[in-house]
Amino acid sequence: MIVFGLAVLSAATAFVLAAFRENLVFFFTPTQVEAKEVPQGRAFRIGGMVVPGSVKRQADGVTVEFVVTDTAKNVPVVYKGILPDLFKEGKGVVTQGKLGGDGVFYASEVLAKHDENYMPPAAADAIKQAQSINQKATHTLVESK
Amino acid sequence: MIPELGQLALALALCLALAQSLLGLIGAARGEVQWMAATRPAARGQFVFVAIAFACLTASFINNDFTVAYVASNSNSALPLHYRIAGVWGGHEGSMLLWILMLSVWTFGVTLFSRHLPLEMVARVLAVMGLVSTGFVLFILFTSNPFVRLFPAPPDGRDLNPLLQDPGMVIHPPMLYMGYVGFSIAFSFAVAALLSGRLDAAWARWSRPWTTAAWCFLTVGIALGSGWAYYELGWGGWWFWDPVENASFMPWLTGTALIHSLAVTEKRGAFRSWTVLLAIVAFALSLLGTFLVRSGVLTSVHAFATDPTRGIFILALLTIVIGGSLLLYVWRAPKIGLGGGFEPLSRESMLLMNNVIFAAAAGSVLLGTLYPLALDASGLGKISVGPPYFETVFVPLMAPALFLMGVGPLARWKKASLPDLGSRLRWAAAAAAIAALALPFAMGRWGAMVALGMLLAGWVAASGFVQIWEKVRNVQGPSGAWTRLQSVSRATWGMLLAHFGVAVFVVGVTLVKGYESEKDVRMEPGDTTEVGGYTFRFDGVRDVTGPSYVAGRGQIAVSKNGNPVTMLYPEKRIYRVQNQPMTEAAIDTGFTRDLYVSLGEAVSDTAWVVRVHHKPFVDWIWGGCLLMALGGALAASDRRYRLAARQAPEQYATAAAR
Repeated sequence: MIVFGLAVLSAATAFVLAAFRENLVFFFTPTQVEAKEVPQGRAFRIGGMVVPGSVKRQADGVTVEFVVTDTAKNVPVVYKGILPDLFKEGKGVVTQGKLGGDGVFYASEVLAKHDENYMPPAAADAIKQAQSINQKATHTLVESK
Repeated sequence: MIPELGQLALALALCLALAQSLLGLIGAARGEVQWMAATRPAARGQFVFVAIAFACLTASFINNDFTVAYVASNSNSALPLHYRIAGVWGGHEGSMLLWILMLSVWTFGVTLFSRHLPLEMVARVLAVMGLVSTGFVLFILFTSNPFVRLFPAPPDGRDLNPLLQDPGMVIHPPMLYMGYVGFSIAFSFAVAALLSGRLDAAWARWSRPWTTAAWCFLTVGIALGSGWAYYELGWGGWWFWDPVENASFMPWLTGTALIHSLAVTEKRGAFRSWTVLLAIVAFALSLLGTFLVRSGVLTSVHAFATDPTRGIFILALLTIVIGGSLLLYVWRAPKIGLGGGFEPLSRESMLLMNNVIFAAAAGSVLLGTLYPLALDASGLGKISVGPPYFETVFVPLMAPALFLMGVGPLARWKKASLPDLGSRLRWAAAAAAIAALALPFAMGRWGAMVALGMLLAGWVAASGFVQIWEKVRNVQGPSGAWTRLQSVSRATWGMLLAHFGVAVFVVGVTLVKGYESEKDVRMEPGDTTEVGGYTFRFDGVRDVTGPSYVAGRGQIAVSKNGNPVTMLYPEKRIYRVQNQPMTEAAIDTGFTRDLYVSLGEAVSDTAWVVRVHHKPFVDWIWGGCLLMALGGALAASDRRYRLAARQAPEQYATAAAR
């Protein structure tokens, strides 16, 4: 009986772990997208800031285009649907979707948390990373001069 | 003055909690009757002082006392009274105080309804609850004090988070916490039993009604939270597998397993050490849930770094409670024994499978919730685990559990026979098969997942009717069917009702997943759109003013085949103090469907993007949860527990003698 129970439990565990591996969604920064470090044909998340002035609505009224930046690199995003209440130009955003062959990120989900000053941590990190790389770059420039 | 009184009351409650645990533990170890007897008054006193502290904080909220930092950051003078009261548990500090209040309410309950338990047992149970309470009050006093003053005081408060300004949010946290904290009783009983080395049927019978009651509160709490997310977030979803939701779902899954394994321990004396382990784990997950949601670790794992005292205190508390009880378990569990044996086909074996499945389900949620956090905290990268993972996992895990739910209650203890079960359940199987084949067609479209859901729901419900039918038929004597039904215990009715609730829940989930439809459309006044056979006409948006917000209120006329059905008024609100936009969906609730409309944003002076949902049978989801909770309440009120409590001392004595 115990053996049978353990067998079922291990089968369930194996199944859960397989499902887990298959459905993980990784997070990338716009810089990583630009460097082609992202998976092809698989959903992932990108985060950063919505570039001010980049939000455009297509003629159907429901499809939205905007650009996400980590201050170093930009990624154009297309999303069809209603944006969350706190989606704003100049504010942090995290979005999930797939990268098209045209370099446009086709989002299936746009996340902006419910707090006026809140920057999704992933988005904040992406910007911080890019900025620290920039700083290093300027440092090396200065030093090489 | 009032906040200082509150703080003083909390300090006194701490002293009493300490006294309660030391008197209980040492008294029980030494056999000092006086000491053990003192735990009851100590626990009651603790309850009184915690209640005073809570009342003081509430009074500060009602009086708009913005010299109190916590009030200033969670309330505003423009808030209506009921939201000012709800503001008490709108933030971290107040939630912790609510947690303690719930714990002292449960402790008070134990002092009232334990008169027939052996004194030694009561003393140890109260001692363990006192220890938990001590840890939490210390946590509040040293790291999360809600009574801290703010100088200079701001002229007005920063307002309660607009998302929480909702009737559902007024009762959701107290319900949820009643559930979380209620598992502390099962935990305390388990630890007390480990300390005394005596775990028998009587122990299981004492902790059963408490555990079931806690489980009912948790069920209602989770259902309220899900309902709130459904109408308040404006997305039309009812469960997002968000870490905050998962945090409450893990104790629920373990608690469900615990209820079932307690049944085996009470009736058959089996699964003892497993039951004790489950009781410990259920409470550990409740603690984890409280902290996951309240410590800010979910918003950012780095929140721990900005306020290390809180984080370290939390980790220390978790380590002591979980680690300590698990150590005790490892040390004492071998003495507990395994209890009666059983055949591979028996009610015990089916309940064992139930436990394995629920444990695996809780484990899978734990993995999906904590792994991303752990990875992020160790700087190895950011990942997220979304609904697809949980959905892939839960369907295959829960399908066998639902199948067993139809068989288990009919199977005999110790040894069941397959042909016997087959013949008793053949009609139920036939009914389930018909439901699987016919109902999807009745809904308009056949689909494999819908058929599976209907099959399992039909199976569980039909098996319930078979059980009732057998009760009516099997009772001997000339009495009529009605008297026979009256002789069925409340515990059995409760089980039937709860399982029926599961069937209702499964119907809701299956049909809404299978047949829901939604549309995001740009609408000018006068435009119409059709969703789920209903026609929605947009009549424009006008401005309205609420107590703490301004809003654009849309008007949408719904009709079906030209006949008017209802008018819907969704709103887009801007809460003034925090300048935060909020979508307020408008819902027409019905027995077989919800019509759900929310406003997106204005795309021109008159045109808006509007989201329209048609959600068949969605309310059955929460209806099912309520039935489960009602069933649990019925079972917990069974006469047997009260009678058994009265007979308990003798039984306990004989059990000990053995």
